[in-house]
Amino acid sequence: MAAKRQWWASMLSLVATLALVAVPLPHSVAPLRPDWVAVVLLYWSLMAPRHFSLLTAFWMGIALDTLSGALLGQNALALLVVVYLAEKFYLRLRVFPLSQLAITVFLLLGLYEFILFWIDGMAGRTVPLVERWVPPLTGTLVWVALYMMFDRRERSAPARL
Amino acid sequence: MSAPGRTSPGFGRSGFSMGARFLLLAVACIALMLLDRRDQHLQRVRQALDLVVYPVRVAVDLPFSTWHSMRDTFAERDALIAENRQFRTERLETEGRLQRLEGLERENQRLRELLDSTARVNRRALVAEILSVDLDPYRQRFELNRGLVDDVYIGQALIDAKGVVGQIVRVGPLTSEALLITDADHALPVSVNRNDLRTIAVGTGDSGRLRLPYLTNNANIVVGDLLISSGLGGVFPAGYPVGRVIEVTLRPEQAFAEVLAEPSSSLDRDREVLLVWDSSEAAPQAADAKPEPATRVAEAH
Repeated sequence: MAAKRQWWASMLSLVATLALVAVPLPHSVAPLRPDWVAVVLLYWSLMAPRHFSLLTAFWMGIALDTLSGALLGQNALALLVVVYLAEKFYLRLRVFPLSQLAITVFLLLGLYEFILFWIDGMAGRTVPLVERWVPPLTGTLVWVALYMMFDRRERSAPARL
Repeated sequence: MSAPGRTSPGFGRSGFSMGARFLLLAVACIALMLLDRRDQHLQRVRQALDLVVYPVRVAVDLPFSTWHSMRDTFAERDALIAENRQFRTERLETEGRLQRLEGLERENQRLRELLDSTARVNRRALVAEILSVDLDPYRQRFELNRGLVDDVYIGQALIDAKGVVGQIVRVGPLTSEALLITDADHALPVSVNRNDLRTIAVGTGDSGRLRLPYLTNNANIVVGDLLISSGLGGVFPAGYPVGRVIEVTLRPEQAFAEVLAEPSSSLDRDREVLLVWDSSEAAPQAADAKPEPATRVAEAH
């Protein structure tokens, strides 16, 4: 029952995240926008793994591609890789203190950006490289904030390995 | 890495291990990308997906459009009257100019008939509203509230009151995506209004700058020159203002000078733009007319 409720909460968070992706920001702040979908998926796969299948990551990626007009499958592939790694090494990551977890999240988000950038390059799209490292940084901050806000509740939730 | 004993919904429906599932989906992604890259294969799929995310777009745009209409509703009476008065004088001026223009147009047509060249035709146009939706932050693009149902086609030109804005690069059933002339992937053929010097204006990724990279050091161009669309390339109608030259740096050590221009249209302040139909060709068949070499856009899709 609780697991079901948690699943609904997580689904709702995903849909809200999609909206967050598209909210317009002023020009000066726009480069700071974290990769919301990646951050939220990473949050769930590290806090409550097995709640989403990889298929969820795939569909979220496709929705993101459609929304942002990217190559169909681009975000999907990047999300898949990141979520897969997080879920695979979840048991090892789980014992990390927050600081090391944050570094891991930063690296994973960096990998996400790198895959996007790499595919952009192969598809011949001109994309500036300079500001690419900023979203992983802000994303990590958001992730840490999520962790601090919700982790206590998650710890007592029954759906855990 | 098999599914754990206690599974939650959404996981462990099939017997595959997580690694196998990951590989399968990753291959699916790569296949999708390859198909999508070869232009039109996935057009139908994309259009269907566009419909699925349409509610998200509308939901995001809603607060902004509500804010705009609220502001209109509760605007001060004085402000409205002043605005009204301003519009009236503007209309008078425009009508005056239009009368002269009509005369000129007729004269132009006569001259063209004498010269036996094709006459320019009136173009159909439609106002499209820009959805307040952010796309990829690294590209200068936006989403419009017109799509296939309004006969929008890929490569269609967009203008606003002051000049050329961009072109359509993707069409969904209800929305479409436009690429601005300042996108780093965009190039458009222009000519200098003063002396008909033809060149290409390339986007910079900055919404206030265009670059003219193919002008030699001795090219006849000065700060303040007006650039208009030349109509070459077939995407943009000829004769619309594109921008004004704001900087000319001669570089004797290199073959080309560095020339910067500022777009005439207010690219980042617009709320509405005008879609233009080229009435000399039917809308549907224009869809497969690839944007010309001058516009390198199509390749990216």
